[in-house]
Amino acid sequence: MLQAVTSANRESGDQPWVGRSIERVEDAALLAGRGRFIDDLGVAPGTLHATILRSPHAHADILSIDVDAAKSLPGVAAVLTGTDVKAVTTSLVVGVKAPVECWPIAMDRVRYVGEPVAIVVAIDRARAEDAAELINVEYRPRGAVVDPLGAIVSGAPVLHDGFPGNLASDRSFRYGDPEKAFAEAPHRFSIDIRYPRNSCTPIETYGVVASHDAGEDAFEVLANFQGPFSIHTVIARALKVPGNRLRLRTPPDSGGSFGVKQGVFPYIVLIAAAARITGRPVKWIEDRLEHLTASVSATNRATTLSAAVAADGKILALDWDQVEDCGAHLRAPEPATLYRMHGNLTGAYDIRNVKIRNRVVVTNKTPTGLNRGFGGPQVYFALERLVQRIAIGLRLDPLDVIKRNLIGAGSFPYRTATGALLDSGNYQEAVARAVEHGRLAELKARRDEARAQGRLYGIGFTAVVEPSVSNMGYITTVLTAAERRKAGPKNGAQATATVGLDPVGSVTVHVASVPQGQGHRTVLSQVVADVFGLAPKDIRVNTEIDTAKDAWSIASGNYASRFAAAVAGTAKIAAERVAGRLARIAASQLNVEAADIVFAKGFVASKRNPENRIAFSRVAALSHWSPGSLPDEAGQTIRETAFWTPPELTPPDEDDRINSSLCHGFIFDFCGVEIDRVTLGTRIDRYVTMHDCGTILHPGMVNGQIRGGFAQALGAALLEEYAYAEDGSFLTGTLADYLLPTTTEVPEPEIFHMETPSPFTPLGAKGVGEGNCMSTPVCLANAVADALGVADITLPLVPARLAELVRGAEPPPPAGGASAAAVRGGDRRLRGEGQTAVKGAPEQVWAMLLDPATLQSVIPGCQRVDKITETHFRADVTLGIGPVTGRYRADVELFDLDAPRTATLRGRATGALGFGNAEGRIMLAPDGNGGTTLTYSYDAAIGGKVASIGGRLLDGATRVIIGQFFTALARKAGGGGAEGAGFSLFALLAKLGSLFGGRR
Amino acid sequence: MKPPTFDYLRAGSVGEVLEGLAQQGGDARILAGGQSLMAMLNMRLAKPKLLIDIMRLEELRQIERKGDTVIIGAGARQADLLAWPELAEALPLVSLALPWVGHMQTRSRGTICGSLAHADPSAEMPLALVALGGEVFLRNTRRRRRIAAKDFFAGMMLTARAEDELIEGISLPVVKGARVAFREVARRHGDFAIVACAAMKTQAGVRLAVGGVADVPIARDWPELEGTALDDALNAFAWELGARDDVHATARYRRDLVRMIGRDLIGEVLQ
Amino acid sequence: MTRLKADQRHAVRFSLNGKPVEDEAEPRMLLSDFLRHQLGATGTHVGCEHGVCGACTVVVDGMLTRSCLTLAAQVDGCELKTVEGLAPSADRLGVLQQAFRRNHALQCGFCTAGILMSLDHYLSRHPTPSEAEIRDLLSGHICRCTGYTPIIQAALEAAAELTSSKKETSNA
Repeated sequence: MLQAVTSANRESGDQPWVGRSIERVEDAALLAGRGRFIDDLGVAPGTLHATILRSPHAHADILSIDVDAAKSLPGVAAVLTGTDVKAVTTSLVVGVKAPVECWPIAMDRVRYVGEPVAIVVAIDRARAEDAAELINVEYRPRGAVVDPLGAIVSGAPVLHDGFPGNLASDRSFRYGDPEKAFAEAPHRFSIDIRYPRNSCTPIETYGVVASHDAGEDAFEVLANFQGPFSIHTVIARALKVPGNRLRLRTPPDSGGSFGVKQGVFPYIVLIAAAARITGRPVKWIEDRLEHLTASVSATNRATTLSAAVAADGKILALDWDQVEDCGAHLRAPEPATLYRMHGNLTGAYDIRNVKIRNRVVVTNKTPTGLNRGFGGPQVYFALERLVQRIAIGLRLDPLDVIKRNLIGAGSFPYRTATGALLDSGNYQEAVARAVEHGRLAELKARRDEARAQGRLYGIGFTAVVEPSVSNMGYITTVLTAAERRKAGPKNGAQATATVGLDPVGSVTVHVASVPQGQGHRTVLSQVVADVFGLAPKDIRVNTEIDTAKDAWSIASGNYASRFAAAVAGTAKIAAERVAGRLARIAASQLNVEAADIVFAKGFVASKRNPENRIAFSRVAALSHWSPGSLPDEAGQTIRETAFWTPPELTPPDEDDRINSSLCHGFIFDFCGVEIDRVTLGTRIDRYVTMHDCGTILHPGMVNGQIRGGFAQALGAALLEEYAYAEDGSFLTGTLADYLLPTTTEVPEPEIFHMETPSPFTPLGAKGVGEGNCMSTPVCLANAVADALGVADITLPLVPARLAELVRGAEPPPPAGGASAAAVRGGDRRLRGEGQTAVKGAPEQVWAMLLDPATLQSVIPGCQRVDKITETHFRADVTLGIGPVTGRYRADVELFDLDAPRTATLRGRATGALGFGNAEGRIMLAPDGNGGTTLTYSYDAAIGGKVASIGGRLLDGATRVIIGQFFTALARKAGGGGAEGAGFSLFALLAKLGSLFGGRR
Repeated sequence: MKPPTFDYLRAGSVGEVLEGLAQQGGDARILAGGQSLMAMLNMRLAKPKLLIDIMRLEELRQIERKGDTVIIGAGARQADLLAWPELAEALPLVSLALPWVGHMQTRSRGTICGSLAHADPSAEMPLALVALGGEVFLRNTRRRRRIAAKDFFAGMMLTARAEDELIEGISLPVVKGARVAFREVARRHGDFAIVACAAMKTQAGVRLAVGGVADVPIARDWPELEGTALDDALNAFAWELGARDDVHATARYRRDLVRMIGRDLIGEVLQ
Repeated sequence: MTRLKADQRHAVRFSLNGKPVEDEAEPRMLLSDFLRHQLGATGTHVGCEHGVCGACTVVVDGMLTRSCLTLAAQVDGCELKTVEGLAPSADRLGVLQQAFRRNHALQCGFCTAGILMSLDHYLSRHPTPSEAEIRDLLSGHICRCTGYTPIIQAALEAAAELTSSKKETSNA
């Protein structure tokens, strides 16, 4: 065994590089426009470009797909549907045991808006999009479910036969004796939470370039995938090749991920399949509309959390009932979002009795996946809202309730009731320092003063344990102990790092960490420079991954905040092994003992006699130039790859206890917010965030992670929601609808640190990147609840929602004036009614309704009408609202005919911009003067692309079109009605653009 | 997300623009700043056969005070108007509202008239035009006509412009010494308004114009009201606007803002 | 009158960071794609293609411009500046770029080019901006990594440094 190498810099009295905020090695290229992101790299000559046709429906059967017109467009190489993909791939694996398939493209049914239906491959992207518009898909819509609790109600539409009642998993757990604790506790508090859907949405979208070598049946893929590389096995299996025939590489730079780019993997399968089928390299860069609609999102969750509480606020037991909504397919690694926090369901608190029911459901929404915080925001929102409610219920200070329940400072390592082993910490000290440095007393005075002036001001608190370095086995907690025994153990978190010395003695480091901007290359240069007594600039770090050549394992990648704790430490281990051998070589050259060797300032020297030294590069090069002269026991120093996995990460035990993560940082946040009385907008007056993430390797980057996480969490709290209508239409499909925080919304948080090193990691570091995504949303919600004095707070804190909580009855409309249409939340159907005087008699009007020529003239934008039956017509219409135009196929049917008095019209239109359907009831009555009074009512809905990118303007336009139809009908019949409009419109389509951030 | 195909015409004269519109009618679109149109093209919401770029026509760039009106040409960018030295004095309401239009990076390209042509009911410039009672100059190969602001906006993204007409410019009245006020509520800075209100003292009393609520911006004139009379008038107005729910706000919330902000602004201008 | 037919490629010539460039484009080609994929100037990034995120911001004839909302054909004959034109030389960063590096004002760097262009343009016209002005300017950009405050700090530092170096020059 090689002896440990002394930390050279410390020995020599110099400051180590680790712990300093040195400038990032990554920055010069990025600041000068020389980054190398996937779409910045060239491709092989002849590479084709793909676009994806996506479902406008949340749930529908695909009756037919006509691709002929698209295929015959010049420049189009192929149009692939589910059938074509199925011929060369197999289903993606599903994370629970159930007879369910999970394809990256719709086979015979679509289950969410945006689900891929066809892939067009052409010589460039624009032509591929031209062709995609020519594909004609016939759908038969099914009922949709979007609410996780609604999905498991009996009679709800079912997405997958293999998930009866849409339930993919239902497991109950029990730790300690929760029943007894609840029976004996003097108080019980309970809270119902609906945590919304959101996503960290990186600014760079997904990208894939794939090729296939038919001779070797091997794929080569470049993708801005982020890991975990357990997914490599999923992709290879889907492509029907062994792992060694799927070479997956990542580009040098990646434009942010925050978990999201894990979700590129289904597209890797699709684009690789397209490359195989076309025999050409194929490139696909996701566009923003695709990304928002269909890339991936965090889970939304319905939680009921109850606590048994003693009179002093001590929590004696928790009872969790979590219903996790994973969207339309259970894609790997789901239901990981739910189980990632399993060991941490008691948060920062010492609670020994816990009861859990975890249900996983599928709904007609985009499948979920990794997102910064990964399960933490959902858990802590319930837990920390409940803590505030306990305080209010018991008339205690919320901070006192937090302190009463914190895990004791002397208890570490601490095993939670559900199995996590909390490595280190001193939560009381962290809270005390935050209260002092963050000036809580003064903040309370500010609140008092504001309230005295009649302003709405509140303070919120949160204490959070931030898990990092996931145990690859936590997901198996979804299986029963018996199922796990059958499947074999899964656990650990293998990290790899390679340190190489070249023939001139310069040092290269490679890790499989796949950064997306975190600065891994810089930190690794610091870590390794310290070991070798060099400067960071002497170390060249490569973080690209190539699964055909590099050391990697299933845990490789950038997720679960594992870099500082696991990867950087592994690099240190690899460097130390090399340094140990170099020390032996140098010792023999310098005629000293290896124990006397120190690495400092570019030299390998004797500690006792620093003048006795040799240049590092000279020792480092020896393995290349003169291997024969090395001491026998030294071995080579050309390259060393270290593998490291912590022994603490064991599989779930027989009682379902799971140490779901290796490290556990601590965060204590508090904040003051003011709510504007008129707008009910939330302004953050002060935000204090205290972190203990163990040893800090680079303070600037740690604060960067905290600020970035804080800003994303602020977005989740105040602005961001992937909104769906009840029919499954997606409503936030542009960056003008899905609102990300900007400079005018994000203040500077006050950041404080303390460092309690982790005993479980080589450098003492813990993860830090995800914590504020867990703590900040609920901290802000607690402050807003405090300001408004309300109990139920739902994110995001949309001012109009707060208005519903705090504003009393609205002043009624003046007598005889307009009245508010009754609208249920989430119901986007448009309803209306009207009346028109018509000169002709009812019989005359009636005849027109059944006449194609009349229909053609009254359906706005109608070009031709074919009569299918006496009461069924098919029409081609071109509709335009302002500049928004599209062609649609419309079906109009008449029902419930009671000539010449009443009829029901049902219409449906479908086109590239989306679809619409409307039902109208027409009543004809003689007006006593030979004319007719035509009364109508309608009920319409619009979906597809126009709904997701133009929601704001859509409804108004629809009303215009429907009104036009009836007005035109009346006019045709010789009625009064409105004058002819100079434009042609139709109902279905419309909406547009509000959104566009830009406006003319 | 790439635009569909179209011909591109870089107009060398207004005549060429009108000729292009006459030939292509509804299949032609004027490309000015492009800040709305290009986004719609990228999303393939719009499919014109011809884009007519008017931004090389110096004669359309004017921002000029003529007596008691200000004439703004079709090619005048929002940033040009913001930088116009007489703006605050001649058009104080516009100088309050214009910084709310998009962001600096979009105002630098976007035009005043383009925003009007787009007729987004939440946009600030249509609101200002209606509040001030300005006029829009329309022209085709055969004739020129002027149309009052309130008659120009026909609905969401719909205007009285015929397919072969160019919006050549607008005129806005200079109201000497007028007291004006403007306030907007949006989810974020630079977003389209949930509610935008402009108030102005008039000879007969006060005018309040509201954008973001009805399908078009709407102005209402009152005598100098106060107390419950003002509350009642604002409440009736708020209800008449026909507010609706969307992802960002409820109808009720919009009516609340009209009532509260309307009252504040009227108080400011009548002070 | 210049009418470019839809299905043909037409010459587009302009000045890019002081050097003449020329290539061909269909009328529908966006300036962002022309810069990146025709000219190889990949420093300008594309984040949303609907004008919101700001990543693709460049300067055209002295105007901040979303290159995703601009056709290549529109800038024929214009003067363009992109991120590749900011550094004084290939191995040196400019004052603003250095301030970004010093303040950790970037992480993934994907949105950075657009932000740099807005700031470079603004600081040359408003040498002593307030924090509120910088925030207003940059509200037209989205960054998902940094939380913005280091960017604002970098901008203010760069402004101060540029102003003082100008003073020194004029005093000299």
